[in-house]
Amino acid sequence: MRRRRAGALAPYFLVLPGGLWLAIFFVVPTAVMLSVSLQTGNVVDGFTQTFDFGVYADAITTYETQFIRSLIFGLIATVTTILLAYPMAYWIAFHAGRNKSNYLFGVLLPFFVSFVIRTVSWKFLLADDGILLGNLKDAGLLPADFHVLATSFAVVAGLTYNFFPFMLLPIYVALERIDPRLLEAADDLYANRRGVLTRVVLPLSMPGVFAGFLLTFVPATSDFVNAYVLGGTNTTMIGNIIQTTYLTNADYPLASAVSFILMAVLLIGIFVYARLLGTRDVLEMSTR
Amino acid sequence: MTSLDSAPPRLAPARPGGGRGGRLGERLLHAYTWLILLWLVLPIIVMIVFGFNDRVGKRNNTWNGFTLRWWGELFAIPDLTTALVNSLTIALLSTAVATTLGTLMGLALGRHTFRGRGGVELLMFANIAAPEVVLGASLLSLFITMGVPRGYLTILIAHIMFNISYVAVVVRARLAGFDSSVEEAARDLGAGPFTTFRLVTLPLILPGVLSGALLAFAMSIDEYVITTFNAGSTLTFPLWVFGATRVGVPPQVNVMATIIFVVGVLLALGNALLLRRRQI
Repeated sequence: MRRRRAGALAPYFLVLPGGLWLAIFFVVPTAVMLSVSLQTGNVVDGFTQTFDFGVYADAITTYETQFIRSLIFGLIATVTTILLAYPMAYWIAFHAGRNKSNYLFGVLLPFFVSFVIRTVSWKFLLADDGILLGNLKDAGLLPADFHVLATSFAVVAGLTYNFFPFMLLPIYVALERIDPRLLEAADDLYANRRGVLTRVVLPLSMPGVFAGFLLTFVPATSDFVNAYVLGGTNTTMIGNIIQTTYLTNADYPLASAVSFILMAVLLIGIFVYARLLGTRDVLEMSTR
Repeated sequence: MTSLDSAPPRLAPARPGGGRGGRLGERLLHAYTWLILLWLVLPIIVMIVFGFNDRVGKRNNTWNGFTLRWWGELFAIPDLTTALVNSLTIALLSTAVATTLGTLMGLALGRHTFRGRGGVELLMFANIAAPEVVLGASLLSLFITMGVPRGYLTILIAHIMFNISYVAVVVRARLAGFDSSVEEAARDLGAGPFTTFRLVTLPLILPGVLSGALLAFAMSIDEYVITTFNAGSTLTFPLWVFGATRVGVPPQVNVMATIIFVVGVLLALGNALLLRRRQI
């Protein structure tokens, strides 16, 4: 009897330390951030809780452009990664044979270099007088004032590059799981190649695309490293606003409100999305 | 790759696009795959190569000839060296703690059904799905409210926080094919719970724990966004590099990143070999 009880409590003991850490440093901070957003004051005189919800209206009207720009950049980058990753994932899953894991390892190589350094490396590659553009300009193939850096294109391209593996891997996992017998069956039933692709492969791989969408869209939309390193003054994203408002301007209530809005928009989106597709599936696909 | 072209069609697994006309499509996709791989490694190659560049002046933009100077003067910038040491020690410490806590959580989720399990999964899901900038900002608002000065310790706390869930998920995934009868056997033979864990459970889940630890280490040493909010004046390697982007990144950064890259790739390959050997 005693042993059974201890057994029933075992999972709680196992979960407790990690769960507490997450509760204290992830759940509580979210609540604190909400409370900070409803304070008024400044760093010198201190902040007081005033429950002034006006800060949310302020945040939205002041940074509407950056909110919308972030969503658009995130969406373009995500859709681009789907288009770029799908054919490659397809080829690896169905045609790479025993080299599958080698190709996947190739896809993961960028992860062995710091995110910041990868982005800085692109800045270096795309610099106005750098090894790519500089040489093309010297050869007279590009006008002297041509530039890529500080444009929306550079930021979106950076986002696409940096989050590409997050899209490829879940799509690959979904394709890899497809039972080859289904494809044989479709073949036996006289489906042509196009039919096999659009009516068997594509629908069965959609969970992977959904998981990839989540894994790419959320970090791409809230990113500020690409916009800072590759972008200019006209490509500021909402992440940049949060960073400068917190760390440079020290306007904690406004910064908290902006972060809270971003989190609410994305998390509500995620949960609706996960509900529609099944939480477990998305979670499992996302972390494989 | 060579085995692909010569494999007889009957023996190859059924694949869409096999057969007439599929050949050309397959070749094109193969070439496309290599093109994308090239795109993925291009900035890494540039990073490695320009660590050997004999640069003139402050800009590292054009190739001026081969030199090993930066490898020799690797630690010539004291702040950068300190930042690198911070990154390494934070990665080690946060990996140790997060792997311990995450493994326990993974064990609970992979082996037990209990009330509140769904809540724990939701918590982990939210933790993984939440945007980094929000994780960093909210943790900062906690530290500000509590009057905790930001520095090494707060970075460590943050890194453990974002690593726990990843380790738990990896460990849980490894438990999928776990046969719990071996544990029962150990218990029937008189082993206590701790002995059973040490001699039976741990060796079985070790590959998963190791994968989780590697992932945690890689994420910690790479992390910029959450760290920048909670670092105060303490700098880590990515933070130092980020700060240097506007004035020009010194070649020492290329060399350090190259070393981290090579060591990381070797560790991952070693882990993969270990996993492969265990599976046979």
